[in-house]
Amino acid sequence: MKKEIPLFIVFITGLFMAVQFFVPHAKSEWVYEYMLDWTIIIGVFALALGIWSFVRVATNKIRRKSENWQYSIVALAGLFGMIIFGLGFWGGVESYMFRNFFNFVMVPLHATMFSLLAFFIASAAFRAFRAHSLLASVLLLSAIIIMIRFNPFLGPLSEPIDSLASWILNFPNMAAKRAIVIGIGLGMVATALKVILGIERTYLGGD
Amino acid sequence: MRMKLFLFVLLALFMTAVVVAQEDTEIDSVVTVSPPAPVANLVGVDTPNDNGHSISLSWELSPDDATLGGTVTKYVIMRSESADGPFIVRDTVAAGMTKKADNGVKEIEAEDYFARNTDFYYKLVALAGDLKSESEVFGPVRGVGQWFNTGKWSVVAAVGLFTLVTLFFIRRAKSGAKLYIRPLAGIDAVDEAIGRATEMGKPILYVLGLGTASDIATIASFTILSRVAKKVAEYQTSILVPCYDPIVMTIAQETVKTSYYDAGRPDAYNEDDVFFVTNQQFAYVGAVNGLMIREKPATNFYLGKFYAESLIMAETGSASGAIQIAGTDEVTQIPFFVVACDYTLIGEELYAASAYLGREPVLLGTLKGQDYGKAMVIASILIGIGAALVGWTGYVDLFYVGP
Repeated sequence: MKKEIPLFIVFITGLFMAVQFFVPHAKSEWVYEYMLDWTIIIGVFALALGIWSFVRVATNKIRRKSENWQYSIVALAGLFGMIIFGLGFWGGVESYMFRNFFNFVMVPLHATMFSLLAFFIASAAFRAFRAHSLLASVLLLSAIIIMIRFNPFLGPLSEPIDSLASWILNFPNMAAKRAIVIGIGLGMVATALKVILGIERTYLGGD
Repeated sequence: MRMKLFLFVLLALFMTAVVVAQEDTEIDSVVTVSPPAPVANLVGVDTPNDNGHSISLSWELSPDDATLGGTVTKYVIMRSESADGPFIVRDTVAAGMTKKADNGVKEIEAEDYFARNTDFYYKLVALAGDLKSESEVFGPVRGVGQWFNTGKWSVVAAVGLFTLVTLFFIRRAKSGAKLYIRPLAGIDAVDEAIGRATEMGKPILYVLGLGTASDIATIASFTILSRVAKKVAEYQTSILVPCYDPIVMTIAQETVKTSYYDAGRPDAYNEDDVFFVTNQQFAYVGAVNGLMIREKPATNFYLGKFYAESLIMAETGSASGAIQIAGTDEVTQIPFFVVACDYTLIGEELYAASAYLGREPVLLGTLKGQDYGKAMVIASILIGIGAALVGWTGYVDLFYVGP
């Protein structure tokens, strides 16, 4: 029964969600939205579990003096600091401290992490664009054409290179992307079928 | 004298009357600009394939429409629950338009609430500057919700056909038929990667991505996590699963825990190995990268839904010297994984991985179904090319999907 009841619930809800896609009626929408509301409610409870997990892992690191355990103090201070500043008696999320910590600490940190992407793209491109085989050479050539299309000093070559780059993007590139997307679509339906029919049940834990 | 005075007053009155009459005539000649002609044949019907909170209106343009060289610049759509009014303004459309849906929302408390199953009356007001003319009132008409979206017949047919094919192969697999599936390098490398981690005495890092528990890619990743965790338990090494979503963390904890039980190593399971980090994208990246640099895992798995963080993580993992196996259904992120990882599961291979790892006949049946599904798509495309060459456009309409 430990597995049968969850499998039955998955079957019923999975079937409903699949049928609901084809039923625009307001009653069907109502049930769909009601179920989505429940996922939000579950999410709120799960967030409490998440925070508990985070706090436990961080405190364990501090207690055991694991490598770089000091960072865990900063992480816990950030978590509880933002909670305290965001509480009503400090002025809530509009308070000076909360807004400034968000705008001048969190946002720049996120931006810094994101900006690393530029360097990682450069290092990844350096590895990828090596003409060590025929296919790699084709890739390199295509990449060069796509990149130099934005070069303002091409002069009379600008138009033909732009056309060639557009052709590469709109035909071979688009064809490959669509092939992958079609495969993904079929894979999604097959996975959904496996889950709804109870063939795939590892997400419940174990086989 | 009196007579003269009387005649004078009479003359003055006459003159005044003449002047006033002339002025009236002049005013009449100014105001003789007539209002524009109204729209004709205003018709409203229940909008098909919707939830009932909409009426589709159509009409014939006013002969004085601006697009026909006239003075009407816009039309105001007005609605009432009675033919006699009062009418309220619902929308305004520009000259030249001949149809518009009167949409509303289903929330009663909302300002734009649109009642289902309620009789409505409509009229259109043609505006030409300050002048206006009203159409005849049309009604009653009511919005009714439909129980089937007829615009999605093609989807029903495609999904139904694919389901039948998949069920056929599952049945064949159950009956013991031998099904060949092509090998996938990324899947074959899983055992080797776990073995390497065991030899090195380093943990395995499993990243489920930024997806939620309702994303199919994340569900597929759970199934792979289950197989990987079982092998990890058998090989007596350790696995680290930093999570982005608390619900995903809860499911991942349960999945790993049960895998350890199935492997006969419940004592080796550590709940802190599957943990929540944050649901901020780049803070999560920072935490995972820090984990890679500190713990130096021997193998990194990135399986699930990934966005801009994919390359940042994969490049850091590559620099740390780990074997990396990645898989995602985000087409834009696949190239990054291909470049930075040792093995990449492209697109639907992510969904197939669980069946490959499990090697259960029933799961292999679904893989065969996927392969035949792709064959059907290829056949449809080839027929489409042929249809386009002979000018049969009706073939494309078979694949039409409505709103």
